Amino acid sequence: MHLPDAEQLLADLTGKMRPEISGNTALVGIYTGGVWLAERLHQDLGLTLPLGTLDVSFYRDDFGQIGLHPQVKPSDIPFEVEGSHIILVDDVLYTGRTIRAAVNELFDYGRPASIRLAALIDRGGRELPIAAQYVGATLALPQHKMLALERSNDGKLSLSLYDRSLPG
Amino acid sequence: MNNNPQLNKHGELQHLLTTEGLPASILLNILDTAESFVGVTERDIKKVPLLRGKSIFNLFFEPSTRTRTTFEIAAKRLSADVVNLNIAASSQSKGETLLDTVDNLSAMHADMFIVRHSQSGAAHLIARHVRPEIHVINAGDGRHAHPTQALLDMFTIRHYKRDFHNLRVAIVGDILHSRVARSQIHALTTLGVPEVRVIAPKTLLPTKVERLGVHVYHDMAQGLKDVDVLLMLRLQNERMLGARLPSAEEYFKYYGLTQEKLALARHDAIVLHPGPMNRGIEIDSAVADGKQSVILPQVTFGIAVRMAVMSILAGN
Amino acid sequence: MKIQIKSGHLIDPKNGIDAVMDVFIAAGKIVATGAVPNGFQANRVIDAKGLVVCPGLVDLSARLREPGFEYKATLESEMDAAVAGGVTSLACPPDTDPPLDEPGLVEMLKHRARSLNQTHVYPIGALTQGLKGERLTEMAELRDAGCVAFGQSDAPLTNTLVMMQAMQYAATFGFGVWLRPQDVSLANNGVAHDGEVATRLGLPAIPVCAETIALSNIVLLARETGARIHLCRLSSAEGVAMVRAARQQGLSITCDVAINHLHLSEMDIGFFDSNCHLVPPLRGLSDRDALRAGLRDGTIDAVCSDHAPVDEDAKLLPFGEAEVGATGLELLLPLTLKWALEMKMPLSAALAKITVEPARILGVDAGHLSAGTAADLCIFDPSHYWKVEAAALKSQGKNTPFLGMELQGRVKYTLVDGSIVYEN
Repeated sequence: MHLPDAEQLLADLTGKMRPEISGNTALVGIYTGGVWLAERLHQDLGLTLPLGTLDVSFYRDDFGQIGLHPQVKPSDIPFEVEGSHIILVDDVLYTGRTIRAAVNELFDYGRPASIRLAALIDRGGRELPIAAQYVGATLALPQHKMLALERSNDGKLSLSLYDRSLPG
Repeated sequence: MNNNPQLNKHGELQHLLTTEGLPASILLNILDTAESFVGVTERDIKKVPLLRGKSIFNLFFEPSTRTRTTFEIAAKRLSADVVNLNIAASSQSKGETLLDTVDNLSAMHADMFIVRHSQSGAAHLIARHVRPEIHVINAGDGRHAHPTQALLDMFTIRHYKRDFHNLRVAIVGDILHSRVARSQIHALTTLGVPEVRVIAPKTLLPTKVERLGVHVYHDMAQGLKDVDVLLMLRLQNERMLGARLPSAEEYFKYYGLTQEKLALARHDAIVLHPGPMNRGIEIDSAVADGKQSVILPQVTFGIAVRMAVMSILAGN
Repeated sequence: MKIQIKSGHLIDPKNGIDAVMDVFIAAGKIVATGAVPNGFQANRVIDAKGLVVCPGLVDLSARLREPGFEYKATLESEMDAAVAGGVTSLACPPDTDPPLDEPGLVEMLKHRARSLNQTHVYPIGALTQGLKGERLTEMAELRDAGCVAFGQSDAPLTNTLVMMQAMQYAATFGFGVWLRPQDVSLANNGVAHDGEVATRLGLPAIPVCAETIALSNIVLLARETGARIHLCRLSSAEGVAMVRAARQQGLSITCDVAINHLHLSEMDIGFFDSNCHLVPPLRGLSDRDALRAGLRDGTIDAVCSDHAPVDEDAKLLPFGEAEVGATGLELLLPLTLKWALEMKMPLSAALAKITVEPARILGVDAGHLSAGTAADLCIFDPSHYWKVEAAALKSQGKNTPFLGMELQGRVKYTLVDGSIVYEN
């Protein structure tokens, strides 16, 4: 299957977001792929508020089934959440459960004025009433496939497809 | 029983009973996870929903408000339901055995027991006895182990010193009776600290302590030379009752940590103490409150480390 | 009842017999070994082909838990265990509740034991009243009631003057004094050997000098008083060396070791296995090796089971709180055989340690198969492997560090006074 070029998608996504960015827009990336994207977006969009990062491990709803993620990263929200306008950034939007967890976590830092969502790929398959405001591309994928964003040593982003049974 | 009773069949942590015999990867994973919880404890809402609906029992057969409270706070910050039981005062006096108590609480659908007991091995006994879905954390058993204390010490050391691989660490005081010291020694050696020293008079050192991988010193001036980290131990007043020590005054003079003695260590050495401190016995106030003391950060990190241990166990 | 034990491998260490030979029994006594006596008509023939026939075992320490501890074990259960282990004579220590410090108690115990028609029970009387280490018991009266020696079991005897006077008084009548050497203040409520395992596990420790200092006192007082001393349950290499030295000086001191200490060390405590909570504590590997060698060279006279059945609840406790002791009557034979095999000892020399030697220490006519003596015998299959598990033990105590282990040697028949009291 032919996958779109992640760098091109990111450029498209940046273009879509640029008109709606203002001085008080805060960007929060979700580990791991979302953080890579958010770092690039933060730079390319020239945002002034510092970049936030979230690891949603402590808010996931599948802890009971799979336990704690083996490599939890500290979440870091270096701006005042109360009253802020936040754009959450993730690589692949799928069931919506990660976004649910991220929104819950953000509220534990304060009450934002608004939260929007940017995703590089929307692969459908939503299990929660969640939608992205900014999407690089939509892509229909079979359930057993796992789509992952990867970053090379020189910082170039690319997409890869795996079978769900295999470790990505 | 040569297989490690702390690990499940996948090699994951099932119980935390001692730092002995655990691979460095498991200890480091606890420390790494705790880093993430430090951020949580600094927020306005210091709570995550991870252990919502889980029942954690603080089983304290030996009173310790302080340790019990840190576990209670940690559990509550993970959204677990916590029940505190001071068993010293209740069922044991009615003739109920330790394991009767555990069985009764298990029947109330406990998910985790946090056990403090005056007898070495009590947590192992309970861990062997409970159903496989129940996790046990040793919050101190006799003189044997106090793994979460040692882990929070390791967290603190890493926080200030970044790396374990070029450190000289001295543990000072009543090694013989200290579960903290034993757990510290195993954790330090597992994490790759090249030189661990113990400093104490001979009456406060166990037989063949060097077999645990430590260098033995009886003199503070020699023992503290070029040390990066000082782990002070609490000296129980009752040690003065027998013939182990003549007096608190003499102990303080020769083994109490004062600014003068601290100056013998490296200039950037840090001082840790598991608390509660006996000021003027094992540590001088000027040191305890001084700029090299990291005793209060230890307490803060202690919550995060216990949150990490609980959430890793509950997930395995 | 006349019994012929046919074609067994007869081993009688005292009489130097080690050959395939028949044994003939009539009226409760050994009539002959070897050729059939004139006119002997057996009512029963036991085919002992492939089996070892030896004197019934003599155990220097088996707690029967009566009176006072019937919830741990009863005379019935433990006498069953004894015969299942091939033990036909046993000495029971005085640490019952109340202790065996009055003739009435001893008579009652002897009477109860006799009525069961099994193993011969030889009570060790309390050396001091209530085992408190203060006042002497009526030793002569106790002897008349059936006591064969006097001791303190595991109760301390801290007052050296009392110890000396007890020895003097016992020596007056020629009574043996049985003492387990342990200095109570050095033992200091310890629960494990003062070595690297106790250090690692944080267990309160008992140093070797708790044994050697007490042993030194006992040896010096034995010389002073001329008392006949038996040292119970040696645990250390240094202790063995001291006994050897005392022997070389001509002192009449005997000593024993428990089966547990012959095979185990502090390492076996593992992660706080309360079945290894024993007195004296299991010591280092070099101590264990010295005990094994001391038994072989005769410094240690005998092996005993140190049988101490403990109820399960009392073992399901943290190591230090768990009650001490292990069941042992049914393990005495296989563990002695295991020692012999590992030490490359001839079977006959090994069996001497659980037959004729302990009988000599007890001062009873047992442990051999001379014509005319009571027909107490043990017939066992030396190559039968069995697994030590609760169901395989007759004793009410299922507590032993050997639980789950495969041992070699299983008793097939036990005879006491010419009656088959156990048959498997």
